[in-house]
Amino acid sequence: MENEAKLAAGAAVSLGIATAALVVLPYLQVRDVEPPARLKPYTEAQQRGRQVYIANGCVYCHSQQPRDRNLAPDAERGWGRPSVPADYSYDRPHLLGTMRTGPDLLNIGARQPSADWHLGHLYQPRAYVGESNMPAYPFLFVRRERARDDDRVVSLPPGVAPAGQVVVATREALDLVEYLLSLDRTYPILPTASAATE
Amino acid sequence: MDSAVASLLAAFVLSILGLFAFIWSLRKGLLVENPRAASVIFARGEIGRADDPALGESGHEALQAQVARLERPAEATDAAQVHDRIEADRSSAFPVFLFIAFACLWLLVGSLAGVIASIKLHEPDWLVDAAWLTFGRMRTVHLNAVIYGFASNGCLAVIVWLLPRLLRTPLRGASWAMLGGAFVNAGVAAGIGAIASGWSDGMEFLEIPWQIDIFVFAGFAMIILPALFTLAKRKVEHLYVSVWYFGASLFWIAVLFLVANLPGVHYGVQQATTNWWYGHNALGLWFTPVSIGAIYYFLPKIIGRPIRSYNLSLLGFWTLAFFYPQVGAHHLIGGPVPGWLTTLSIVQSVMMVIPVIAFTINQGGTLRGRMHLARWSPTLRFMMFGGLMYLASSVEGSLEALRSVNAVAHFTHFTVAHAHLGMYAFVSMVLFGAVYFMLPRVLAREWPYPRLIDVHFWLAAIGILVYVVGLSIGGWLQGLAMLDASRPFIESVTLTMPWLQLRSLAGTAMTIGHFVFVGHVLAMALGVGPQRSGAARFWDPAGRLAHGK
Repeated sequence: MENEAKLAAGAAVSLGIATAALVVLPYLQVRDVEPPARLKPYTEAQQRGRQVYIANGCVYCHSQQPRDRNLAPDAERGWGRPSVPADYSYDRPHLLGTMRTGPDLLNIGARQPSADWHLGHLYQPRAYVGESNMPAYPFLFVRRERARDDDRVVSLPPGVAPAGQVVVATREALDLVEYLLSLDRTYPILPTASAATE
Repeated sequence: MDSAVASLLAAFVLSILGLFAFIWSLRKGLLVENPRAASVIFARGEIGRADDPALGESGHEALQAQVARLERPAEATDAAQVHDRIEADRSSAFPVFLFIAFACLWLLVGSLAGVIASIKLHEPDWLVDAAWLTFGRMRTVHLNAVIYGFASNGCLAVIVWLLPRLLRTPLRGASWAMLGGAFVNAGVAAGIGAIASGWSDGMEFLEIPWQIDIFVFAGFAMIILPALFTLAKRKVEHLYVSVWYFGASLFWIAVLFLVANLPGVHYGVQQATTNWWYGHNALGLWFTPVSIGAIYYFLPKIIGRPIRSYNLSLLGFWTLAFFYPQVGAHHLIGGPVPGWLTTLSIVQSVMMVIPVIAFTINQGGTLRGRMHLARWSPTLRFMMFGGLMYLASSVEGSLEALRSVNAVAHFTHFTVAHAHLGMYAFVSMVLFGAVYFMLPRVLAREWPYPRLIDVHFWLAAIGILVYVVGLSIGGWLQGLAMLDASRPFIESVTLTMPWLQLRSLAGTAMTIGHFVFVGHVLAMALGVGPQRSGAARFWDPAGRLAHGK
């Protein structure tokens, strides 16, 4: 074994096979998947909120891919039906996630449709789920003595807001909640579409 | 289901082909051992001579005395060949030092970010007022600093230092290596700044924005040039197996990084498969081959004994090259991706047992009856630990890819523990050992405080073992709780708390070890501490041969 050409050829072939299998074939297979009729493209605010989700690394604790009933009790937990490629038609970048330090969020908009809850929960998760280890995001809010006219004041459980102050959501927090509320893939998927994923 | 059958069929055909390859190799005499090729890393007369530059004079004599009991050099060392090596080391010294220095810097940044992120998981109201300190950003700063900063610089240092030695010629195009290093590190610095400020591409291992990735890619591409130039001028007939690993990995990481970061091409589910094709290959085709190549050089060199089976090392190389790149989709088992894809990855994950066993048998055979040498050689200790943990993490990885195991381990801290078993207990420990070996040659100076090497080793070794064992238990319990629909989800969070706290403790110990390590490097580079000369000195500043080797 003293031939660089062999090495280069072998290294290129082995990587080529893997690229074909893991990059090119999936590309060809999902390229023609039609977006479901009831899945709407993200609005501008939702897309901005998605960027806030990315910037703060929500994906490192929350997956967006409910699993099949025979693999995990995701449906019983109310996280929704197993997802299919079409559910992600508008996702750039994908946010499937690999951790569930917190629950799956693909259908959080359907499960928890209250914007007030989300805003308050982002400000202080432990005011809603006592044992949660989700970070608080006070930097997505401002605290003021008195609310101004166009302020969205967050309604918090008693004792959570600093004494004598109101907590007001920033644009970023509002966008993020817009995005979370848009996460709703509860529409039915035709069996043929889901069969492609087995 | 037919696609699953098809991939199983493909695996069957593959094994038949493997059988034919085996028969062919028998006929070609490839299974007859080839000690000449395995000895290419030694100068004539060097077999039977220990070599650990991290040791002082008395330490080296003690190690040599142990080696001499087992094997005696047949002849005097060939001075001309040693001189070639001195020239090779001298030619690479500056770029190697540059890479090591950057690796040290990123190691500290990455460790601190890691500890902060770890503590935040059990103290979620700590340091919440600044956006850049939030968990999602600190965790990502940690990952990028240790992956692209520390480990990649460490790997580049090993490659640039070993290629001239293995090819017995001075490094050509060293300025390209340094320019490339400057690009990579400028990219890493900008990327980490971007992530901390909230600008991220949003995919694991690919967070650095693609605009910045251009610099990192350009850097990697430039570093290929000196490797090619040096290869073209080589003075050896035979390319030692480490050269195979290094050459292939340089090519692989450049292509992987380019394809995965192409903007505007990937989206949705296909992007997820590309993401994990890249994510696992960064480990499998970059850090792993470089670390294995390093062990194949350093371990036999330290104990003065060629590896037992050279052909087994080549089998390991080609099986790794063909199985490893396809394992990535096991990160998406149960996800919304084509079923044949995850099945393929599961099959190849299990096939990875072959190169791992080949490696382990080989190193085990080489070390047979010589394990005790680790007591005398700190560098050997790091290498042996790393090699053993390669076996552990690979076997665990193969098992973890199985659907039944994956159902529990996926989405939990078990995966995090596994990642650290591979990236730290294996890769980082090998890199630490390599730095302890290389730096005395690079700086022509001894380690000022050899005791600190032991301190570093034990902090790192005990720290990572506690980390991995503790977090694996916690992650497994978390997975079981999540699969049990009768237990509320929050239970899977609360039961991990003691294990997460233990992880912070272990991570802190490792971080203290890193400060010891970097402080030691700094003291050595600045010439602080006791100045000794002796066995570890390869040449004196005038370029004359010093004693030792």
